[in-house]
Amino acid sequence: MMEVMTANYAAAYAVKLARVGVIAAYPITPQSSISEKLAEMYVKGELYGKYFLVESEHSAMSMLIGASYAGARTFTATSSHGLALMHEMLFWAVGARRPIVMAVVARALAPPWNIWGDHMDVMSERDTGWMQFFCENNQETLDTILMAYKISEDRSVMLPSMVIEDGFILSHTYEAVDIPDQDDVDDFLPPFDPEWKIDFDDPRRFGGLTMPDWWSEFRYRIALDQEVAKKKIVEVDKEFERRFGRSYGGLVEFYNCDDAEVALVLAGSAVGTAKEVSDKMRERGKKVGVVKLKTFRPFPAEELKKLNDMVPVVGVFDRSYTFGYGGALYSEVRNGIYVPGGGALVKNYVGGMGGKDFTPKNMEFIFEDLLRIKKEGKVDRMVEWINIKDGTGRW
Amino acid sequence: MPKFTIPKEEYVCKGHSACPGCGTPLALRYTLKALGKRTVLNIPAGCGGVILGVWPSYALKVPVVDNAFECTAAIADGIRAGFDVLGVKDAYVVGWAGDGGTVDIGLQALSAAVDRNANIIYVMLDNEAYMNTGIQKSGCTPIGAWTTTTPVANGKGWNTSPKKRIMEMLVANGIAYGATVNVAYPEDFIARLREAKDIKGTKFIHALAPCTPGWRIDPRKSIEVARLATQTGIFPLYKVENGKYSLTKEIKNRKPVREYLRLQGRFRHLPEEAINEIQRLVDEEYARLLKKIKETNE
Amino acid sequence: MVEVPKTYKDLPSTPITFFTTEDNKTGTWRTIRPVIDKEKCTRCYICWKFCPDLSIEVEEEGDYPNVDYDHCKGCGICANECPSGAIAMEKEMGK
Repeated sequence: MMEVMTANYAAAYAVKLARVGVIAAYPITPQSSISEKLAEMYVKGELYGKYFLVESEHSAMSMLIGASYAGARTFTATSSHGLALMHEMLFWAVGARRPIVMAVVARALAPPWNIWGDHMDVMSERDTGWMQFFCENNQETLDTILMAYKISEDRSVMLPSMVIEDGFILSHTYEAVDIPDQDDVDDFLPPFDPEWKIDFDDPRRFGGLTMPDWWSEFRYRIALDQEVAKKKIVEVDKEFERRFGRSYGGLVEFYNCDDAEVALVLAGSAVGTAKEVSDKMRERGKKVGVVKLKTFRPFPAEELKKLNDMVPVVGVFDRSYTFGYGGALYSEVRNGIYVPGGGALVKNYVGGMGGKDFTPKNMEFIFEDLLRIKKEGKVDRMVEWINIKDGTGRW
Repeated sequence: MPKFTIPKEEYVCKGHSACPGCGTPLALRYTLKALGKRTVLNIPAGCGGVILGVWPSYALKVPVVDNAFECTAAIADGIRAGFDVLGVKDAYVVGWAGDGGTVDIGLQALSAAVDRNANIIYVMLDNEAYMNTGIQKSGCTPIGAWTTTTPVANGKGWNTSPKKRIMEMLVANGIAYGATVNVAYPEDFIARLREAKDIKGTKFIHALAPCTPGWRIDPRKSIEVARLATQTGIFPLYKVENGKYSLTKEIKNRKPVREYLRLQGRFRHLPEEAINEIQRLVDEEYARLLKKIKETNE
Repeated sequence: MVEVPKTYKDLPSTPITFFTTEDNKTGTWRTIRPVIDKEKCTRCYICWKFCPDLSIEVEEEGDYPNVDYDHCKGCGICANECPSGAIAMEKEMGK
């Protein structure tokens, strides 16, 4: 059934379709309308599970960890400072191997105060062990949440997932979204059935003190299971396509890349802009490609390595920054595609932070810059911030 | 014929790592004797977790979920929520946190759980400081006590802030049931938990348990000291049900606080006038309690 | 029942425990040991009630208490609390 809705509502519909058992949430802009929609669904009796108002994001995540130990499927959603406040419990969810799914409506961190979208919040949680899936549009937000449950809850994975939609750009923008039938979703996503949960007849302790001689082994398992997840993500994406007719490339999607001269790697809603600009530039004979990074954790380094054979110059667009170095995506991509003594040249572009418009014109500037680098055969500077007043003089 | 005065069943295992004379394993024993097999504990950072031993072993015969310091009430409510959704019945969910994990860092989550009237039993194991990290002052450290963060030098420096009135805060917050218990009174301890267990909503148990290194006491005196806490009126045993306060242990002739303080190294530095001042404060606080009992039962 | 892990490969997907602490012989911590004088013991079970280490054992109601020296840490609460003075704390010898 097609309906026009925001990505936040699409997320709420996904939670309903996934028959989530326990939802705990705390409001924060621009996430709030997910919680509000779920609260409304709950009071109307449309949800399978229960909805809880908590006093902080820290408690939201804590509650879900408890509920997941009891054996329930769980969901929360947050943004920015809320995600940062959860930080401690994000590690806990991973160590406890609880396959929680969370929508993160990506937003900047203060000060100065800013409620608008960028990726600073999610990139800061890169090292927690959560899987991180970026969404390009509202439909993808709904679909990714359904897929995330299937991937996270797989007994060979058992890791939580962040489904990331860009604040305001997706969260508050209306698009046509296909809501799958409940029966089809039920066939795709079986009830949560964890191998280990609280059992009074087989009492165990979950997460107690472990000495240095074994602690690393538990961490090693998480590292290995992130690798297992890569295969699972591709598998689930294919199954989703078979059942629902939509695919998001699993880990990465190469768009207009086959005969491209340069390519730009990016994640989130800006992918849509990049695709459109790429199409337009091709009409003018400029062969530029787009690499959509669907999955940031686990990081698809092997898949991205193909870029070396495709193009001599790769741009990486970051909506966040790692102060003192470059964008997180940039360092990951550059490291991931590195081959000794050769490979593509890589340049980092930073922009669209704190909700600053990132227009097709900005995108075109990046592609033109990449074509120039290709012609000149060298990267002029590692990082370029786009659209800074008089920073470059270009806008 | 000799009789057991508390249930025989044990849900705590031998070989746990508590210090000799520690009150915490006793509190665990009594709690689980009262609640039985279908009980799950969630335990944050603190002695409670360390005492249960090192992976892959542990010292209880009921399930335990470990959790971060400040989220005991939230995790407990989460477990309850999961049980409710999945139809798991006749199970007790116990948040088992220390005094620091409750009145300091865990207060926000606890207050919100009370707001939701979370159907949990919250046991605050009060040993009156951050003992697991090495005896640092908490919001439950009594006036006059030495801790490593309220050290004593040149006849001053001990803790000067009173114990947080956590029970009154939570009663005002709206708990379904509240009681103070003391490991020196096992029958009363068990009776309170049995009374609390099937009441719907948030139940708060404030359990006093001595820490032998933290209180600087001879391990063999552990129970004797704990008993004196009640006999002197420093830690009176009472409960709050439907907003009504009542004493659960009548103390006919309160002993002077000096008897309690003098057994403990953490109070050794106190000059006579400080002891007199503590006596005055305890008398005042005890009178406040009696007044509350009177007022809430009128 | 899951086997106790020997390598990382055997680790379960969740950090669970595999057995209890009962094999942990905490009796080695002890420097003094409780000795119960059955002549004086009235079987009030106060020692059993207050033993933090579950090391005072009573098989059946009516039996005399016994000390589990494998686990008793020698705190001495039992001796201190015994109303009839039936428990003496004696120095551990040869340790």
